[in-house]
Amino acid sequence: MKIIACVKRVPTTEVQAKVAADGKSIDTTGFEYMLSFYDDLAVEEALKAKEKHGGEVTVLTLGPSDASKELREALAKGADKAVILVDPSWHTRDARSTAKALAAKIKELGADVVFTGRVATDRDQSSVGPMLAAYLGMSCVTDVVKLELAANGGNAQRESEAGVETLSFPLPAVITCDKGLNEPRYAGLKGIMAAKKKTIEEVPAQDVPNASQVLAVELPPARKEGRIVGEGAAAVPALIAALKNEAKVL
Amino acid sequence: MSTILVFVEHKAGAARRASLETLGAAHATGLKVVAFVTGAGAADVAPKLGAAGAAEVVVVTGADSYSPDGCAADAVALIQSSGAKAFLCANTSAGKDLLARVAGALDCVPFADCVELKLQGAAFVVRRPVLAGKATITVQSNSPVLCATLRPNTFAAATAGGSAAVSSVATKGGKVLVTSVAAKADAKLDVKEAPIVVSGGRGLREAPHFKLVEDLAAAFGNAAVGASRAVVDAGWRPHSEQVGQTGKTVSPQLYFAVGISGAIQHLAGMRTSKVIVAINKDAAAPIFKVADFGIVGDAFEVLPVLTEAIKKARS
Repeated sequence: MKIIACVKRVPTTEVQAKVAADGKSIDTTGFEYMLSFYDDLAVEEALKAKEKHGGEVTVLTLGPSDASKELREALAKGADKAVILVDPSWHTRDARSTAKALAAKIKELGADVVFTGRVATDRDQSSVGPMLAAYLGMSCVTDVVKLELAANGGNAQRESEAGVETLSFPLPAVITCDKGLNEPRYAGLKGIMAAKKKTIEEVPAQDVPNASQVLAVELPPARKEGRIVGEGAAAVPALIAALKNEAKVL
Repeated sequence: MSTILVFVEHKAGAARRASLETLGAAHATGLKVVAFVTGAGAADVAPKLGAAGAAEVVVVTGADSYSPDGCAADAVALIQSSGAKAFLCANTSAGKDLLARVAGALDCVPFADCVELKLQGAAFVVRRPVLAGKATITVQSNSPVLCATLRPNTFAAATAGGSAAVSSVATKGGKVLVTSVAAKADAKLDVKEAPIVVSGGRGLREAPHFKLVEDLAAAFGNAAVGASRAVVDAGWRPHSEQVGQTGKTVSPQLYFAVGISGAIQHLAGMRTSKVIVAINKDAAAPIFKVADFGIVGDAFEVLPVLTEAIKKARS
């Protein structure tokens, strides 16, 4: 089985956003980066699929050369190959631009199944996975929390407002991974040593101009200073009064 | 006149509130609104959508079991046949999924979870949060069709009233099919859609103590239970309830943070709530910095009294 884990380097969840001087971008000075939380689940699911069905796992990202740090970790966990579609301004691409460049490379590599996170925790779009499926003519199930993968298709569960949905899908497919699907493994010493010898392919990302334009970036308005209405259970009447008369939400 | 196509979700014979809000936002642009509904019971919902701002409603038939790619194919066909300039859905689980599929099929840029939508000349401009709400970006769509989902609890449903012409079309069908749905117990409200959210954190000390949070939510009648990442990671609560950067971003009318200290990742997920109430033992907890009203105290002592008071206020 040809398996691809599509991952993204994102700012750590601890970062504080600052608006850059141009007012149209985020000042990334001092940002530290990590693999997007859900993409870690995608790497794990790709490794599990290889363990069950055999084949090869390629970890693919579109990002800066520095993303080799995150890819090296995936190699240490057991991925066979790693590819960076290099674009130093990867974070300014819109979802369509990112998806098209990734799809072009996936087409070249060939894949039976592509795993990716349900969302990248920087743009919060949840779009690249299903878009890849659209560009590649693959089936797609999003937000998957349970997966049974067979040679030509599978069943997946996802959580929606309605409850837990079970879906059947044919391969090739794009599966976006949600929390609960698996517990990502840690890289062992042997894997870490082996990963040092593996090469990470770096090729320029296909140039796909954005079809959108950021006009402004703002920080959310500061919340108006609130107040402590009191201490312990004795404060409940004061809280009810505030919710009724001031906030008018009761 | 240009057209906006809106995907309307429904359950038990009524449109979802988030879908009505999306219709309201579409109606507010002044463009002609075409709604489409699919799945069992769609024909019952269709005639009600005129009052919510739709000029026309299309019922997709033959799709009693939902197919996400089939629904996307139906949406694409309707966009093409109506010449729609925009495609909108609510930012729900199905809506987000559909958005990206449709945007991919049309080779357009998708915009998820928008909190503002306007027409500037002939261009659509949206505002949406990034980094889980630590910043918002204003973006102009340069795609032939604006594809966007709108955040629940953010736009007003239309009250203009009116009646819509209802037609029907057979589904294109898809390769991916929902084969079963295990409905949530007691039709629990989703944390993203609920007008009131009561969230609990590590301050509750043990999983069974979440009963106190559930009781408060139940006292409201229209509240959902939320959770901090710490308690989801500890296995006390399902991930579907997690509020924050690796969970859901919510904007209810009223948000209770009980025993939640207020890590930056949690604040990012709930700071746009209209009114925030914090209950925490630690007066120095960061959650009090974003709360409108706070009680410094132990959840075990405060919650039962608060629950009774809410029951009384609501009766």
